[in-house]
Amino acid sequence: MTHDNNKRFVARDRSWHPPAYAPGYKTSVARSPQQALVSMQQPTASELTGPDFSHLRMGPHDNDLLLNFRQDASLGGLPQGERVMMFGRVVDQFGKPVPHTLVEMWQANAGGRYRHKNDKYLAPLDPNFGGVGRCLTDDKGFYRFRTVKPGPYPWPNDMNSWRPAHIHVSVTGPSISTRLITQMYFEGDPLIPFCPIVHTLKDPLAVETMIGRLDMAHSKPMDFLAYRFDVVVRGELQTFFENQ
Amino acid sequence: MNQPNSQPTSDLMLRETASQTAGPYVHIGLALASAGNPVRDEEIWNEMVKPDAEGEHIELVGTVIDGNGDLVRDAFIEAWQADANGTYQADYDLSKPFNSFGRTATTFDHGSEWSLTTIKPGAVKHPNGQWMAPHINLTIFARGVNVHLQTRLYFEDETEANNKCPVLSRIESPVRRQTLIAKHEEVDGKVRYRLDICLQGKGETVFFDF
Repeated sequence: MTHDNNKRFVARDRSWHPPAYAPGYKTSVARSPQQALVSMQQPTASELTGPDFSHLRMGPHDNDLLLNFRQDASLGGLPQGERVMMFGRVVDQFGKPVPHTLVEMWQANAGGRYRHKNDKYLAPLDPNFGGVGRCLTDDKGFYRFRTVKPGPYPWPNDMNSWRPAHIHVSVTGPSISTRLITQMYFEGDPLIPFCPIVHTLKDPLAVETMIGRLDMAHSKPMDFLAYRFDVVVRGELQTFFENQ
Repeated sequence: MNQPNSQPTSDLMLRETASQTAGPYVHIGLALASAGNPVRDEEIWNEMVKPDAEGEHIELVGTVIDGNGDLVRDAFIEAWQADANGTYQADYDLSKPFNSFGRTATTFDHGSEWSLTTIKPGAVKHPNGQWMAPHINLTIFARGVNVHLQTRLYFEDETEANNKCPVLSRIESPVRRQTLIAKHEEVDGKVRYRLDICLQGKGETVFFDF
C-alpha cells in the first residue's frame, strides 16, 4: 500500500501454519519441498512492497454471488441453496484494520459441485451460480459477500473423505509478505473434525481461526443468515513502535 | 512442534489466520480465463505490459514439476517485480503501460506451461546498500501446497550481477542457486526466459522464508 521499503512484518510462525509435508493429505506428499526454506534474514523492497488494487474496477455484482452469474434476470432465476451473507474484517496482528485490500473467494455450489471442467461430482451444476467473488475492504477493513452456503462433497483422499462446507478466501494485505490463502469453514459443521486438510494444522486453536461464526444479529430476517469471518494478516512492526 | 519462542509475546497480539491449500479449483477463483469461465471487465492476469511500456519486453515461461517429475497442472502463480528502472509500481492499474504484479497458471493446455509477458526488471537496492541482480518474485499456490511457496526468478544473461547479488549469495549451495536462474531463449525474434519450478526432490527449487 505504501512505497516505504523500511517497514517490517512479524515473522510468520511456521509451526502455527500447516507443514508442507502432511501425509494425511496425500497430495502434499509429492508436492512438499524437502529442503529447508532459505531465510531472507533481511527482507528487501522486493518482499516488503506489494500491489494496491484500489484502481481495479469492480463490477456491480462482483461481491454478490446470488446475482453475478445469473443467466437471465428477466426469468428471475437465483441460485439454489441456503442464502448467506459472509462478512468480516481484515486486520493485522496488532488489530489494525487493513483498508482497501483485495479479498477474493471461490466455492462450490449448494450441492457441493464447482464450476470447473475437472469437477465430475454427481451433484448438478447450478445454471445461476458461478461461485466466484471479489471486493475491496472498506476504510475500516470490512468486506462482505452475498452467496449461498456451499455443500460438502466427497474427494479421493481416503476411502470416504468428505470436505466440510467451506469457502476459499484469498487476501492480499499491505505487501506480498502478507499474502494469504485460507478456507472459511462453518461453525458447527460435523465434518470439520474428519477433514484431512483441516488436520494439516496441529494446533486446534489454529483451526479456530478458520471458522466463520453464525451471527444472528447481522442476519436478515426472511432473507439470509450471516457468518462472520475475520482474517488476520501479518502485523507491520513499524506501526507497533509508532504506538509506543 | 511448538517453539516456545515463536509464541506472541503480548496478549494484545493476534495470531495470523492459518493458511490452507488453494485446492484443485483455485483457477475458478483467481485465474478465471484458464478455468474456461467468463471473465469480468477487469481481471488480474498475465499481461503485465503494454506495447508502449519502457524497457525490454520479454516473455517468461515454465512448468511446475512435482517430486515424481510429473507436471503439476493445477498450479497458480503470482509475479511481483520492479519496472525497467528498478522501481516497484504499487498502484495496480490496467490503464498503465506496466504493472509490477501479474498472475498466471498451469493447466492441461499449452504444454502445462505458465506464461507472463512483462519487461526485464531493473536492479533493486538491498537494505545493506548492495544491488540485487534483476529478479522477479514468484509465489506458487497449488493443491497439496499447504502454505504458498515463495521464490525468485533471475536471468541467465546477468552473470556478473547474479554473482554479486546478496540474496543469491545467501544460498550456500552453488548448485541450488542455479534453480533460480531462468534460461534465455529466442522464439520468432522475441526474447523469452524459461524457469521450471521443481517442488520436490532432485533439482528442487530454492524457496524463501521472509
